Amino acid sequence: MTRKLQVPLVTAEVDGQRVQVPEASTLLEAIRAAGKDVPTLCYHPVLEPIGACRICVVEVEGSRTLVPACIRRVEAGMRVRTDTPRVQLSRRMVVELLQGSVDTSLAPDVRRYAAEYGARPERWEPFAQEGPRAKHAPKVDNDLYVRDLDRCILCYRCVRACGEEVQNSFAIAVAGRGLAARIDPGFDLPLPDSACVFCGNCVAVCPTEALVPKTQFEMRRAGTWEEGRQQVVTTICPYCGVGCKLNLHVQDNRIVKVTAPLEDPITRGFLCVKGRFGWTYVHAGTAADPGGGAEPSTPPGNL
Amino acid sequence: MFGAGGGTNSYREMEETDLILLWGSNARETHPVMFLHMLKGVRRGARLIVVDPRRTSSAAFAHRWLPVRVGADIALANAMGRYILREGLLNEEFVREATEGFERYREAVEPYTLEYAEAVTGVPRELIAATAREYATAPRAMICWTLGITEHHNAVDTVFSLTNLALLTGHVGRYGSGLNPLRGQNNVQGGGDMGALPNRLVGFQDVEDPEVRARFERAWDCTIPPKAGWHLTAMYDAMEKGLLRGLYVIGENPVRSDANATRILRLFRELEFLVVQDIFLTATAELADVVLPAAAAWCESEGTVTSSERRVQRVRKALEPPGEARDDLWILQELAGRLGRPWDYPDAEAVWNEVRELSPLHRGMSYRRLEELGGIQWPCPSEDHPGELFLHGRLWKRPVEGPRAPFMPTHYEPPVDEVNEDYPLLLTTGRRLYFFNTGVQTALYRTPVPQEEYLVLHPRDAGRYGIAHGDRVRVCSRRGAVEATAWVESTVLPGLCFMTLHFPEKTPTNFLTVDAADPKSGTAEFKATAVRVEPVPRGRVLVEATREGAP
Repeated sequence: MTRKLQVPLVTAEVDGQRVQVPEASTLLEAIRAAGKDVPTLCYHPVLEPIGACRICVVEVEGSRTLVPACIRRVEAGMRVRTDTPRVQLSRRMVVELLQGSVDTSLAPDVRRYAAEYGARPERWEPFAQEGPRAKHAPKVDNDLYVRDLDRCILCYRCVRACGEEVQNSFAIAVAGRGLAARIDPGFDLPLPDSACVFCGNCVAVCPTEALVPKTQFEMRRAGTWEEGRQQVVTTICPYCGVGCKLNLHVQDNRIVKVTAPLEDPITRGFLCVKGRFGWTYVHAGTAADPGGGAEPSTPPGNL
Repeated sequence: MFGAGGGTNSYREMEETDLILLWGSNARETHPVMFLHMLKGVRRGARLIVVDPRRTSSAAFAHRWLPVRVGADIALANAMGRYILREGLLNEEFVREATEGFERYREAVEPYTLEYAEAVTGVPRELIAATAREYATAPRAMICWTLGITEHHNAVDTVFSLTNLALLTGHVGRYGSGLNPLRGQNNVQGGGDMGALPNRLVGFQDVEDPEVRARFERAWDCTIPPKAGWHLTAMYDAMEKGLLRGLYVIGENPVRSDANATRILRLFRELEFLVVQDIFLTATAELADVVLPAAAAWCESEGTVTSSERRVQRVRKALEPPGEARDDLWILQELAGRLGRPWDYPDAEAVWNEVRELSPLHRGMSYRRLEELGGIQWPCPSEDHPGELFLHGRLWKRPVEGPRAPFMPTHYEPPVDEVNEDYPLLLTTGRRLYFFNTGVQTALYRTPVPQEEYLVLHPRDAGRYGIAHGDRVRVCSRRGAVEATAWVESTVLPGLCFMTLHFPEKTPTNFLTVDAADPKSGTAEFKATAVRVEPVPRGRVLVEATREGAP
């Protein structure tokens, strides 16, 4: 049988409120346990935190610098303040720098924080225009998902999902430095020539639509993507016997996207290529049937 | 196994076990999301050992790969058993208290020395010994398998050879230890659980048990034949003899998916009456007298399916089916009515509630609870029962609860289709990541790799038969011939080649395969076909390789 180990508790203070959490909890967990919250971007509930984006910073009494809440462990007696002017200034800067360098128009979290903290990204315009990151065309090198690197905030969620935390394909990493840093499968290769197995688990965790299913990408371009009109129905994948729960996003009696519910312990939101993209047969022979096949490129079953 | 028809563990146990023996399964490609659980286990320190004739993408993640010769699994398992006995690594207490038939097993494995096993299986003796030792001494260990074990003429015996190992070491009935057949389709498990087997009624209950039958007869107000029916292979034999003349096929494409397709096609054409209920006009449906257009069960109808960890989960209707396609339940009820049995189930939940009345395994699984708990693992006998994470904990009660678990001695027999001068290579079959079965579902999405069949061939054999990577080749067996593109690489051993069943319209692999089948399960030996491979001169067109296989 499973054993529930007794984990010692530690007590800390969040905005003047005492909170008890299990030892080794993060500040973010303690803050949420206290009924408060801080903004997050690179943090993802089923991935290990890495403290990359710095939007979750808080003040910890006695600490010279601001502290990323997602990754810092709680210590006994810690006093945390989540919403001081210094914290707000820092978060505003983070948002402005992101918005000044990439297109966050399809990143709901970034936009929400921008409004919340009064971000004015235009302040950084003169610097951003010189950066080599500006203006890539979306990379459409396969029929399942699109990479639009102009939207990428380098949160590393996709890299973590592709690597040893989840998928173990190690198909993508950050290439380049500074403003030239970008997510890449190596040598700027097209995805079908890379180690990618098209599970789309990177797409699932992307917060900005820098990685986006091709159906969604195309419908947005055509102006037909209307999330407000979509229903989400949870069912079970029609393929192998693992029994992955699928969320079917349905618009006008058509599946337009498939995701997996994060809270399902079987998938934790992660799927394989068939589950995420292999649904088009349901609409075979109808008007919007994509049909056809892609060009040969990768070996069979090569992972 | 041991009276229950399902895998004994849950996926989460794969993350916390100490050793996973993945046998005859390329889970990385065939059960990708389950394999992620295994990799979590590996990351936490579990050893992963893969037994497979191919160096699969799963084997690439393993600590050790045992390149077993196709069909030699029993010899390998028995040699492991003998080594465990010789070295005194067995769980004596468990064997004594919870099993029966041990002496017969000990005698049966006696001839399987490491030397003999090496000669028969091709696996170096040190690897067999090390694997046996690690499996026996791991605190927790699981064996997981798929069709590499069960698509043989001695499938059931091969499964027994694995369950024997678990009994010998006590690796069953505990958290993180067990025996798990990974199911290949989303409701293979549920189909069996619901009695879609010739010897079972709903709830995996024995149709030959008069008490069970009496209960169903009362509930259904009918008489149930007292003998088990025919499994698939027996049905084909009955068709051959003219005993079975009409067939109703629901959601299956047997003329593409069953072995020795030439014979299957003939048998289907000789039927007096064929009804096919499917979402597409499949190759099987093209032969039908009546085609009933069905809704896609997983997204156009309500119901349940059961996964490889015995978890019953809800499927839900997200779409209106196109045209005149109808929900399977609607079709079956209309049909029953016209046959004089007016069934009156208002919806899938009503059917499910009848299942709960008749099946103790499912009694506690109301739709409401399935919803709330995100699925429930059988057995779940009452509404206050949470479902079982793992099975056969009873074997660890002292005295053991219920019947002891029997050792089932088995012996190695080579595959039926013999390799000789005319057919010098052994063809084995399996799946590839992007595709599924006969391609009915996967032919219609834009895969990043071409929708094309390859013959995977070792460089030595390619050289021997004058074949270069990318050449078109003709593959011939004693039963037929097809064309494919050669894929030359050393993931297969010399003498072995590999194909899938995914592209039957262009490469109907089952025209090659042998219909020798396991007498107990009825499953054909898809995994071992003797073939010959020859280059196809450019521009030559092979009639045999076209649709329908023959005019």
